[in-house]
Amino acid sequence: MKRKRTSRIPGGAPTLTKKDFESDQDVRWCPGCGDYSILTQTQRIMPDLGIPKENIVFISGIGCSSRFPYYMNTYGFHTIHGRAPTIASGVKMANPDLSVWIITGDGDALSIGGNHFIHLMRRNFDVNMLLFNNRIYGLTKGQYSPTSEQGKTTKSTPLGSLEAPFNPISLALASGATFVARSLDRDPDHLRSTIKAAFEHKGTSFLEIYQDCPIFNKDAFQQFTDKTTKTENTVRLEHGQPLVFGKESEKGIRLKDFHPEVTTANNENGAADDLIVHDQYAEDTTLANFLAGMSETPDMPHPIGIFRSVRRSSYEDAMTNQIRTARERMGDGDLEALLNAGETWTVS
Amino acid sequence: MRKPVEQIEEATILFAGDSGDGSQTIGTQMTETTALIGNDVATLPDYPAEIRAPAGSLAGVSGFQLHFSSEQIHTPGDICDVLVAMNPAALKVHLHKLKPNGILIVNVDNFARRNLRLAGYESNPLEGDTLTKYQVFQVELTQLTRKTLEATGLSTREMDLCKNFFALGMILWLYNRPMEYAMKWVKTKFAKKPQYIESNILALRAGNTYCEATEQFAVSYDVKPAVFEPGTYRNIDGNMATVLGLVAAAHQSELPLVYGGYPITPASDILHGLALYRNFGVITMQMEDEIAAVGVAIGAAFSGALGVTGSSGPGLALKSEAINLAMIAELPIVICNIQRAGPSTGMPTKTEQSDLLQMFYGRNGESPIPIVAPSRPYDCFESVYEACHIAIKYRTPVIFLSDLYIGMGAEPWKIPQLSELPEIRPNFAVSADTGNGFEPYLRDPETLARPWAKPGTVGLEHRIGGLEKSDVTGHVSYDPENHEKMVEIRAEKVARIANDFAPTEVFGSQEGEILLLGWGGTFGAIRTAVENYVAEGVPVAHVHLRHLNPFPNDLGDILQRFKKVLIPELNSGQLLQLIRSTYLIDVIGLNKVQGQPFHVFELHAKIDEILKK
Repeated sequence: MKRKRTSRIPGGAPTLTKKDFESDQDVRWCPGCGDYSILTQTQRIMPDLGIPKENIVFISGIGCSSRFPYYMNTYGFHTIHGRAPTIASGVKMANPDLSVWIITGDGDALSIGGNHFIHLMRRNFDVNMLLFNNRIYGLTKGQYSPTSEQGKTTKSTPLGSLEAPFNPISLALASGATFVARSLDRDPDHLRSTIKAAFEHKGTSFLEIYQDCPIFNKDAFQQFTDKTTKTENTVRLEHGQPLVFGKESEKGIRLKDFHPEVTTANNENGAADDLIVHDQYAEDTTLANFLAGMSETPDMPHPIGIFRSVRRSSYEDAMTNQIRTARERMGDGDLEALLNAGETWTVS
Repeated sequence: MRKPVEQIEEATILFAGDSGDGSQTIGTQMTETTALIGNDVATLPDYPAEIRAPAGSLAGVSGFQLHFSSEQIHTPGDICDVLVAMNPAALKVHLHKLKPNGILIVNVDNFARRNLRLAGYESNPLEGDTLTKYQVFQVELTQLTRKTLEATGLSTREMDLCKNFFALGMILWLYNRPMEYAMKWVKTKFAKKPQYIESNILALRAGNTYCEATEQFAVSYDVKPAVFEPGTYRNIDGNMATVLGLVAAAHQSELPLVYGGYPITPASDILHGLALYRNFGVITMQMEDEIAAVGVAIGAAFSGALGVTGSSGPGLALKSEAINLAMIAELPIVICNIQRAGPSTGMPTKTEQSDLLQMFYGRNGESPIPIVAPSRPYDCFESVYEACHIAIKYRTPVIFLSDLYIGMGAEPWKIPQLSELPEIRPNFAVSADTGNGFEPYLRDPETLARPWAKPGTVGLEHRIGGLEKSDVTGHVSYDPENHEKMVEIRAEKVARIANDFAPTEVFGSQEGEILLLGWGGTFGAIRTAVENYVAEGVPVAHVHLRHLNPFPNDLGDILQRFKKVLIPELNSGQLLQLIRSTYLIDVIGLNKVQGQPFHVFELHAKIDEILKK
């Protein structure tokens, strides 16, 4: 895996700890909120990234998740609803050395900010987006969101919502995202390692995090997190490994007539040779899209992990190259010459 | 034998035709040549929103008016000496602008029945007696151009695209202007299509020779160079002057310039212009919408760059929430609003000044934002430079409130020396200088500006945002007294900007009967009108406001020195409301909301009416 070019702590500098990333503000999420776990895992993994904290910027929109920057002892900007990707783009473009993190939710990123979301993905700035998906509007006290299941009864839909939800992974893939992953608030180890992988990817990294809202959408993801059910209901994506799941890893997934099918992981000889083997580096998106679609296929486990991770030139690198090339071709900008360009005449 | 040349003081020419006839091109070329030989020039492009409206239709008429003189002038002229009408629709739309005995050049080849019908003429106006009060020159522009180019091997369609240069050749002859500048332009423009260099130059020469040879044209005219202050000049339109002002401000402040844009008439040329200057490190980003465009400007400012965005009224409506964020976060960005006729989509290619109150008040909560308005095309340079200066010094978004009329109008500009440009110092915070760690809302006692701490600076990690912040510490605060205090501080900070303004210039009488108070692109018409009264010794004066928020500190006193205050505006009376409520004085409005600039005679009529009372 390629490491980033973000500047390192010079040798000999004191090693940072989780504590260095905690701000002096009281954290004010509801008791039991999944955001606590995400905050803790983010603060825990930050020292491992090997960059000075003054080079880290957290940018958020509006919503419960978007209070996140106030709790991180880094640079932070709590902006307006849905617009964090636009502001993060400006931050990154003006200073490509910064490590930029966008914190958003399902309403913020996919509803009011849907347009910015898709364009952020295709532009491929080297930034990281953590989308806390709790499938509900929490801060406004419980309305359905663009990831809520159809028919959901909420304050704004007392007779059930009429809309089919977005699959954020599919949306990111369709928008040309170069890194697409999913993790869970209740799996701290996986969450930390996926946040780190997102950081290490050069380009826009999209990480959807299933996050529990204990007040308005309690246990929405319990089937994926509960000890007794999670092995049956999720499948871990690991590059180069076959898709297997189940308590004893006894089940596998293979392709049948363009559809996923659950089969036994082991045949009589101890190996199933027709199981799908994950390839997160595949250039084409066929497999990633297939895996994304599994979340919507009845009786199939939910994929958790990195769907796709491919290399493509970042926006800021391409811009920097344009500037360098222009300077080589035309020389450094000379303001006096610029003002006096074109046809001029002199009055004496 | 050379035909006689008559000396005149000034002339106004209007080129008009179908959108695809190239009237804008030859208008611009005539302007360039005229400026280069030393006349003062002012222009007014007037074109439809449709790129190619149906050929020959009234809706598709595109016009370009230029006024040039041996004296200093401020407007593109009220009425025209020459109208070049490439088809009946152009004649129908613009004939009323031609003065009696004015020169009317028509392309007779386009006066067939179909085109007459499209223009709504029941009979051919060239055949009746409706045009007898003009000097009509019926020219077979299409046929003559085709004949000129028959040996070039171009298709008929390609030949017809050159007929505008035939017309330009004629006008250059009529006003004794050299063809070399237009030829030079053709060579650059068509460097990659050399066949069009030859054809356009041939058409240009043929038009010139035609006038010299044909008996129709007995006399030509000359306008001597105007007297200008010593210096080096170039011709410039307002949007280009804005581009250069932004590049200059970034250069002088040593900040990277990041411009977020979204295509919109008439502001797109700022995006196009800045995109040319990558070698200055200028970053332009065409974003997915107007909100994203202002978003990148805000993000860039947070990162320590000069963040700029530009649009027109509808775009400003979309940006208003984000501008408010920049206001409460106290980040320096500049928002260029090149106004056009509203409301809603309105008339995108027509001018208006109707966004003033939107810029003042169009945000939720108490949201004071400085507004700087340029008065004429070349003034865009200095005004936008000042907007950047205010933004950086006071850590605030600043609105640069231009309009289509000056954005797209052109005139000669005396190029400033770099040493004349005011210094702009970003003064970034470099360390936390209190015992309490870094305090992002600990203000400069004089300007009330808060520190600007760039990410990447060790020890200054801090969080800002749209939630109300506690004074000094910048922590999120819902404290009632703190909120009121912060509202007052933000207002006071903007008010203090006026302390930097030079004393307001009062042109004409320093006290007396009538003060004309204007702002923005109406400068030229107001100044021309007032000059006429001043020349006759009538106690009339003109104050033109560049600073609309805050108003200059001395404005209240100036207003008291006149019996009447007249505010001419291209809206229903927006500055008028602000002046009345701020200074509690009565003022008279002269309002025009037609998508067109003021004519000088309209101002004369109003001033006369007030003087008679």
